[in-house]
Amino acid sequence: MKLVIINYGAGNIKSIQFAFKRLGVDAILSNNPDEIKEADKIIFPGVGEASTAMNMLKESGLDKLIPTLKQPVLGICLGMQLLCKHTEEGDTKGIGIFQTNVKRFTNKVKVPQMGWNVIKDLKSDLFKGIKESEYMYLVHSYYAEHCNETIAKTDYGLNYASALQHENFYGVQFHPEKSGVEGAKILKNFLEL
Amino acid sequence: MLTKRIIPCLDIKNGRTVKGVNFVDLRDAGDPVELAKQYANQGADELVFLDISATLEGRGTTLDMVLHVAEQVNIPFTVGGGISSVEHVDALLQCGADKVSINSSAVKRPELVNELSNKFGSQCVVVAIDAKQIDGQWKVHLAGGSIPTEIDLFEWAKEVEERGAGEILFTSMDHDGTKNGFANEALARLSEELNIPIIASGGAGNVQHFVDTFKEGKSDAALAASVFHFGEIPIPELKKELKSNNIEVRL
Repeated sequence: MKLVIINYGAGNIKSIQFAFKRLGVDAILSNNPDEIKEADKIIFPGVGEASTAMNMLKESGLDKLIPTLKQPVLGICLGMQLLCKHTEEGDTKGIGIFQTNVKRFTNKVKVPQMGWNVIKDLKSDLFKGIKESEYMYLVHSYYAEHCNETIAKTDYGLNYASALQHENFYGVQFHPEKSGVEGAKILKNFLEL
Repeated sequence: MLTKRIIPCLDIKNGRTVKGVNFVDLRDAGDPVELAKQYANQGADELVFLDISATLEGRGTTLDMVLHVAEQVNIPFTVGGGISSVEHVDALLQCGADKVSINSSAVKRPELVNELSNKFGSQCVVVAIDAKQIDGQWKVHLAGGSIPTEIDLFEWAKEVEERGAGEILFTSMDHDGTKNGFANEALARLSEELNIPIIASGGAGNVQHFVDTFKEGKSDAALAASVFHFGEIPIPELKKELKSNNIEVRL
């Protein structure tokens, strides 16, 4: 199993690397296109501001490489959002794998959403063994709108897509690497896809 | 629904936990990693490590500790205490900390909040505020509450929100250590005037205090140390009790 975590400078990737290490898999951190292409599984992380992260992807040409990948790719948090068509954060055009847009939560709820919330209507092998309404840890100010690629839903002032899937591309808004034992199961499921 | 969070706080000196800890099945109560794992298993939603080391050397060992916690603990954690530069925060996040909390350094140089939120994102910037009432006014205090300032709690909280803080950790010096409950009136006002999450700290003595701070204090999370460390309030029982009071928690 060759697992690569795309390392393009956006966010805390140590936690993801450690989470896989706890599952017995040594992930490689890389921004090298050849190494990424050769991987069996790919994690596309991201924490921070969308337009800055997108610029970093462009600088390394990874924005062009990612849509060509054929192996399972898991976008986490901002990684998932950048796989969408567009995000309101910094008015940023995304990579466009998922046919949906990312918007800011309105101020009728506290922003960012920070803490544990439930994921529902689970529809993917990614969630094998995960019960409906399981708690996951989320930290975000922007959310993906529903589309027919929604594979998990969460309520926070409104109902939004907390996970998406298009062919070999998966995206989760929550942090499985920080979501206790159940989060680790999702990472394990991804490895077994 | 987003749940209310229960956050044990561990004081760390030279890489070791300092406050007396009374867990029967803990091999080494001074080992922050052991303790953190224990809390994660009990259902703590997050952890806060407060570094009270007085020396640079002591601080260095904390960086090691952060790395070990990140390696072994599968819930989010915040590191605070003596953080005053972008470089220091960078090092902590690189070691796997999810968030950092800054306190006196933000009062001395408020631009630090902007710098951190611009570089790392608001989600990892917690501003801790220690305050107590002087003639009926909540005034911010520095250096662990020992130095009073003229700064108003609510104005300061609003300012750091505007500068990009992702969360406020408010400790009432009037309540801290009393075990008489949290400063719910001030907490509720913070929650109403601000649109970022508020963590209540100082005063936890029994389960009802947690119920009250979530209901009356409108807090998003509650932090405590000794009631958890000495096993006075086991987290699983606390959460069950909160649930039976119709407060959303992760069980």
